[in-house]
Amino acid sequence: MTNDRLSAKTLGRTALTRRLVQRLVHEEAVIAGIGNANFDLVAAGHRPQNFYMIGSMGLTCPIALGVALAQPKRGVIALEGDGSILMALGALATIANVKPANLTVIIWDNGIYQITGKQATATAGVTDIVAVARGAGFRHSEWVRDEAHFDQLIDRRFETGGPVLLAAKIDDQPGRGRLMRDPPLIRHRFMTGLGASGGAAPDASLIC
Amino acid sequence: MTWSDIVLATLKENGLRLVAYVPDNILAPLVSGAATDDHFISVGATREDEAVGIVTGAYMAGLRGVVMMQTSGFALIANALATLVVPYQIPAILIVSERGVMGEFNVGQALVARTLRPTLDTLGIVHHTLAEASTLRFVLDSSIKQAFTTQAPVALILSPLLTGGNPAARAQLL
Repeated sequence: MTNDRLSAKTLGRTALTRRLVQRLVHEEAVIAGIGNANFDLVAAGHRPQNFYMIGSMGLTCPIALGVALAQPKRGVIALEGDGSILMALGALATIANVKPANLTVIIWDNGIYQITGKQATATAGVTDIVAVARGAGFRHSEWVRDEAHFDQLIDRRFETGGPVLLAAKIDDQPGRGRLMRDPPLIRHRFMTGLGASGGAAPDASLIC
Repeated sequence: MTWSDIVLATLKENGLRLVAYVPDNILAPLVSGAATDDHFISVGATREDEAVGIVTGAYMAGLRGVVMMQTSGFALIANALATLVVPYQIPAILIVSERGVMGEFNVGQALVARTLRPTLDTLGIVHHTLAEASTLRFVLDSSIKQAFTTQAPVALILSPLLTGGNPAARAQLL
């Protein structure tokens, strides 16, 4: 079956985020990029293992890589928009070289800087993020064909080892949730959710 | 012990394992020393703000780390500091090798170096200039402990007075 950007079905980010969260049954960490990736993660229901960013466009994948390195037995998912990942393509090269088996990068690609007025991104032109990730060295980098394929890819991601990059072509509907912008509280909840609260565990081997 | 031996030993004593860096001539002994020591997990980043993100994520998941960069790289991370490290109260340990002063040949480096301390001061980030081998361990050790205890970042600037400066630069001076 062909599996490329042109044939990928356009999916709803809000619904797909809910679908993802429903399938996270092992307290996987989820790091969501600024804007709509965040809003839809909130809308899918708060989990203690969610980290919400208030800025730092482009740093979703680096933050997720740090979490993945610290806790190699926990699944870690980065939710990032096309505009944000285009700002940090080098991070894909870093991740591909570090090869964290537990890291999945999901790109919501609607070809626009949606939150700033729907200006076109490079992915609306000739740039293919799945191909970029392959070129960076990701062995597993795929377009999501449809909802069922998404479920299948999410469920199998640890079987074949990571890092994995999945790109979904999505619509331009706004994210549904409202983010509470209280960074120390976001961090504290996330650290507690990962069993790393209070900075009292300097040795990573105590965490996993 | 050389200054770089003291730095690596102090990082180790404080349980810092992750070293995320963009390389530099002055940092070379730290980067290679960390890469050859099993205690450390070294990650070469493509940009300095990426290294800040990696160390932030690792800290929140229980792994302590340090970011190493040169002054021009520091000029790339203002947004990561202002929107991630400072508001989320991340005890990021930032080791910055100081280019642009005391024998710099590159006017670009000389200019970018002027943004280092004003940026740190504007964001209210504690910084110390490491210029003396005799006080190096004390300043580094106490600053790391304070950073983790008070949930605040700290920048440690490696002065040419300590490191001898960029060896490659010296040959280019008139």
